Amino acid sequence: MAITRLTMPGKRFVISVPFVWLILFFLFPFLILLYISFVDMGNDISPFKPIWDSSTGLLKLKYENYWSIFRSGDEGVLFQTIYIEAYVRSLWYALCTALLCLVIGYPFSYFIARAKPSVRPALLMMVMLPFWTSFLLRVYAWKGILADQGVINQVLMALGLIQEPLQMLYTDVSMLVGMTYVYLPFMVLPLYANLVKMDFRLLEAAHDLGASPFKAFWLVTVPLSKAGIIAGFMLVFIPSVGEFVIPSLLGGPENIMIGRVVWDEMFSSNNWPRATALAVVMIGLIVVPLAIYYHYTGDAPDAKA
Amino acid sequence: MADAGTKKDYLVTEKLVKRFDESLAVDEVNLSISKGEIFALLGSSGCGKSTLLRMLAGFETPTSGRILLGGQDVAKLAPYERPFNMMFQSYALFPHLDIWENIAFGLKREGLPNSDIKQRVGEMLDLVQLTPYAKRKPHQLSGGQQQRVALARSLAKKPKVLLLDEPLGALDKKLREQTQFELVNIIEKVGVTCVMVTHDQEEAMTMAGRIAVMSKGRVLQVGSPEEVYEHPANRFVADFIGNVNLFDGKLSVDQPDRCAVQTAIGEIFVGHGVSGALHMPVSIAVRPEKIEISKERPDFAHNLFSGKVKEIAYFGSYNSFIVQASDGTRVKITEANTSRHDLSNITWEDDVFFWWSDGAGIVLRD
Repeated sequence: MAITRLTMPGKRFVISVPFVWLILFFLFPFLILLYISFVDMGNDISPFKPIWDSSTGLLKLKYENYWSIFRSGDEGVLFQTIYIEAYVRSLWYALCTALLCLVIGYPFSYFIARAKPSVRPALLMMVMLPFWTSFLLRVYAWKGILADQGVINQVLMALGLIQEPLQMLYTDVSMLVGMTYVYLPFMVLPLYANLVKMDFRLLEAAHDLGASPFKAFWLVTVPLSKAGIIAGFMLVFIPSVGEFVIPSLLGGPENIMIGRVVWDEMFSSNNWPRATALAVVMIGLIVVPLAIYYHYTGDAPDAKA
Repeated sequence: MADAGTKKDYLVTEKLVKRFDESLAVDEVNLSISKGEIFALLGSSGCGKSTLLRMLAGFETPTSGRILLGGQDVAKLAPYERPFNMMFQSYALFPHLDIWENIAFGLKREGLPNSDIKQRVGEMLDLVQLTPYAKRKPHQLSGGQQQRVALARSLAKKPKVLLLDEPLGALDKKLREQTQFELVNIIEKVGVTCVMVTHDQEEAMTMAGRIAVMSKGRVLQVGSPEEVYEHPANRFVADFIGNVNLFDGKLSVDQPDRCAVQTAIGEIFVGHGVSGALHMPVSIAVRPEKIEISKERPDFAHNLFSGKVKEIAYFGSYNSFIVQASDGTRVKITEANTSRHDLSNITWEDDVFFWWSDGAGIVLRD
């Protein structure tokens, strides 16, 4: 069968479907968010006021929604607010999650990529299998493992290694365990896709030229999988920053993440404008560094193998 | 080995065996390669030549046997500990490094001072005439240039043995002819001992000083290109290297300086003795270019036969004929195309005579 090229209207249709989707369900809602973030708080019935002043009919942008994120009150110290703390904490834990996923996921992906082609689908299936059960169920399962009366503590106490149960649940440890566990496949899959394309004769060439196995890995495999590392890192880091469910189920009460703060502003304080302003700043925190990165490297992370 | 490590037996394999599961890839190979020699392993795919080369490089561990370099067993050394460097068939240039860094890769692993590395890489770039391309990435170079980078990279560490895996395999035909002389010139200039693997007999014959013809994991014959071509040790070698007519028969006369073999086409005389039992089965190999063809009966006593021309192929520099003798034997004959009209008078279904001197044939026992 001859492959005929799509005619122009056909081509436009194929390209326009995802664009329309993104405009309807991403750009448009984002513009609503942006709008709300610049208006005054409302009441219980209408949570925000219109952007024009009804008495004077003038357009009024309420910058305080943003300003208050960076400075509490007029006499407060700049950047010393619970919001900035929550941002920094969220970025930090997202970074930790992404690094943990990389450290655990890289050997894993490497192993799958170097396995016999016949067993690779089975190994990949094992990576994806957890997706078949409910996400909440899997996070709750970790509660059972990490709780004071959980599996780990009971085993350790039965072995006599500890007398008192270790506090693991509702700490940074349990939260990072949960986040790393949930996001690991997002690191493994792009890394695998990258590593499986690698020409392993390059490693032979490196050995032949005097590189020990570790040196060859460090000087050849790692640089060549850079695109996969960046893609996996982004896929884990970006959703981790705004992660809400795992920190609230497994995290400690004192370490509030930005996702939780947005929730509280939205549903407890009923302050929609501030909640949306927080969300817009968070998007900025992620998009701006990415944009700078792409600008200077001149390519998208998956553009080159 | 008494004279271990001398110039003559610089690189030696002793009863080298490689077994993959149940199949023998390399079967008791004994080779001895002199210092500074270009040595070719020639055979069709699956004959074990690549496995043998990979054992020399250290990528495969021999099942048994020894590899001696200057009298020392290197078979147990890891590839990165061996003074052997390989030029890969695919070149295996590091795509993320530029040409300069590719060539410097091995030198940096030795922990040489920067100034030494710079000097050595500069020399290598000069040697392969790629100095202006030092800052390019491999994918920005042509196939021939990539091949020279690969050569420079494998020579940079001054290896004791240079291994070439199908060195010209990735180049197109025209470039190949030009490159093979260039490659030999560079290798001889450097004076490195070189083992190459190829399936292309022309490549082996033009580049190598000696050739080992391999089949099914065994070395069937080792010799200079002339020896292997003119005096093949057996039917396989005769058939593999170039074209050949093989006539099976029984030894009918055997004297010190001549013998005769009774074959289907008739009695063939050969100008050397075989010292075998009378009536033993042997074959006679005659190269197509050593057979003369004419429509007129020549004044020739022996090895003269007649037949009908069945096929003619024009190759430009020579013509090739298939002549069917009266008993049905098909004989291949090639004639150099030295003048423009000479042979055009022979055509399909012509009755012709063909003959060869008694020095042309070789008796093969197996």
